[in-house]
Amino acid sequence: MKKDIILAGVGGQGILSIAATIGMAAIARGLYLKQAEVHGMAQRGGDVQSNLRIADKPIASDLIPQGQADLIISVEPMESLRYLNSLSSDGWLITNTTPYINIPNYPGEVELNGEIKKVKQHIALNADQIAKDLGSKKAANIVVLGAASPFLEMPFEDLENAIKAIFKKKGEQVIDLNLQAIRAGRQFAQEKMNPA
Amino acid sequence: MQKLLLLGDEAIAQAGIDAGISGMYAYPGTPSTEIMQYVQASREASEKGIFSRWAANEKTAMEAALGMSYTGKRALVAMKHVGLNVAADAFINSGITGVNGGLVVVAADDPSMHSSQNEQDSRFYGKFTMIPIMEPASQQEAYEMTRYAFELSEKYEVPVMLRITTRLAHSRAGVAQSEKQEQNPLKLSRDPRQFVLLPGIARKRYKMLLDNQSKFQQEANQSGYNQYLDGKDKSLGIIACGLAYNYLAENYADGKVPYPVVKLSQYPMPKEHIEKLVKETDQVMVLEEGAPMVEEQLRGFLDDHLKIKGRMDGTLPRDGELNPNLVAIALGLEEPRENKVPALVAGRPPKLCDGCPHIDSYKAINEVLEDYGDGFVFSDIGCYTLGALPPYNAINSCVDMGASVTMAKGAADAGLHPAITVIGDSTFTHSGMTGLLDAVNDKSKVTIFILDNDTTAMTGGQASSASGRLEKICQGIGVDPQHIRVIRPLKKHHEENVKLIREELEYDGVSVIIPRRECIVVMNKRMRAKFKNKKKK
Repeated sequence: MKKDIILAGVGGQGILSIAATIGMAAIARGLYLKQAEVHGMAQRGGDVQSNLRIADKPIASDLIPQGQADLIISVEPMESLRYLNSLSSDGWLITNTTPYINIPNYPGEVELNGEIKKVKQHIALNADQIAKDLGSKKAANIVVLGAASPFLEMPFEDLENAIKAIFKKKGEQVIDLNLQAIRAGRQFAQEKMNPA
Repeated sequence: MQKLLLLGDEAIAQAGIDAGISGMYAYPGTPSTEIMQYVQASREASEKGIFSRWAANEKTAMEAALGMSYTGKRALVAMKHVGLNVAADAFINSGITGVNGGLVVVAADDPSMHSSQNEQDSRFYGKFTMIPIMEPASQQEAYEMTRYAFELSEKYEVPVMLRITTRLAHSRAGVAQSEKQEQNPLKLSRDPRQFVLLPGIARKRYKMLLDNQSKFQQEANQSGYNQYLDGKDKSLGIIACGLAYNYLAENYADGKVPYPVVKLSQYPMPKEHIEKLVKETDQVMVLEEGAPMVEEQLRGFLDDHLKIKGRMDGTLPRDGELNPNLVAIALGLEEPRENKVPALVAGRPPKLCDGCPHIDSYKAINEVLEDYGDGFVFSDIGCYTLGALPPYNAINSCVDMGASVTMAKGAADAGLHPAITVIGDSTFTHSGMTGLLDAVNDKSKVTIFILDNDTTAMTGGQASSASGRLEKICQGIGVDPQHIRVIRPLKKHHEENVKLIREELEYDGVSVIIPRRECIVVMNKRMRAKFKNKKKK
């Protein structure tokens, strides 16, 4: 088993919470893990990514070789495209569709969606809206994680347990919100893959 | 034993705690910051009474660590690569004094300049100082080599450098700990003059260091961290230093490289392994993160007898960090890839946060400078360096910590008017104060903005050395109290701030303006914590 995952977003959007959740679930199953993060200057509203590698055998490189990522999980649509060189030809792109516009030359919505649609296997969802409907936009990152969860080859329960552990300090309410968020994201992805 | 999921930085910190350090010294700098943060947050470290406070700069950190070593205790000191420039005087001389308690110096390099102004390779400093250098390839090795570095340091009574790069510093993996050690007792050196570098003594100490070189070489040859891994295909031999080994292994199933490989993680370069590799293979490829230090030494000045591939002949790029693909291309395993990223993906540079006090400072400065023109603002290293980007385009320099003060002084000496400095509170106490003294002594016509957000913001909000004491420091250095002006960088004070700045720019002497408002990120964090505590009650 091997999962190479690129997590993408803008500094402050919570991609490290996604990484921590998947990571905790992987460690609980005794898998090997390497996770390269971006700290420092870029965290100030710049583009950030994390390379998350999980396998049942020791992992050599902290960086995912180009063309080998099984998944791109992005909390921002334009950022989801920045790492397309990394995605393998049969990989999946999972992205939030709510743009984070903090630059003057942000592309138009139609063109951007057009590029996302060109990716053979993709799931695009308005995670901000789904999270907002559940109670707080802050859980959008976990909605995106939910949408990626069917591709992780991990028992869903393990991810739920990881969420309980990671948000433990923040109280029951936050745990519940994030559990709902991950379930809603997962449901969206499953419906998209197996339309009734 | 259960594994801890740690960043490379954190693995080093935990190793220091487990190795029985009595103190850690550092100044924040990406990618080294998390080492100190981990020790500060560690309950174990605090229960063991391990000293762990930020120092004013890397030089004071290095010296304090040497002082702790003087007493026989173990000390860990960490800095980013350019921080080692600041600490270099102490660092290089510590090679000659040697140490008493174990002393490990972590230098965290930043190839590709993710968060730095250059990508200098700290191994050169280690070599220059003639001390052993460890270069781990994984988080586990970072842990083990830190432990080993303390042993080596005490065995030869020299400081040992641990060199890491961003990719290891900021990547997480499982780390297994080994048996913990007690702290050393307080016990001074048996040679009371060991640390007195008077020429007569220094010459003796230097000879001792020179005599140790062959022993360091022997250690490197015998070390388990330098391995000769044989391979059947002798058409190529590979030297893979530190992290570069991972990128090599990544390109072969189960990491089984067909060529003989020297996996190099302890310097000086292990002559026996390298000689064997050169003898047994047709040509040698050097994979190393940072500058071609090993490659350059192998080539020698005339570069005329060995077939060597690496960063110097274009097999690999001369600059920037390595990755599995660059190594694959070097080995002929793949061709450069076609770029699949759509053209509409725009760059997204970092920027000042919404509500950042620096924004209001720059708006006021920019408005005043409309009357003067462009090219008068010397800036420094910190969040406010982002003022170089649109929409502010507010600064004209960023060179090294503290240079904003002295460059403005030099420009004023040359007749530039106005000559403006923009420096953060933490950068000012790091390296700006001595420059201010120069300016005061020479009555230079400079206007110095100390942007006081009461924190070291860029690296994540660490304590600022002179919190609440900036005016007193400036007064003590000799700035006329009438020209130490504190302003509130807020939109509602914009007009009065502009007026005040205009006045001070025309003052014929050293003027200090302190725009003071807490970093918005730190403030938000503080408010959230306050709110949480309230709820608990």
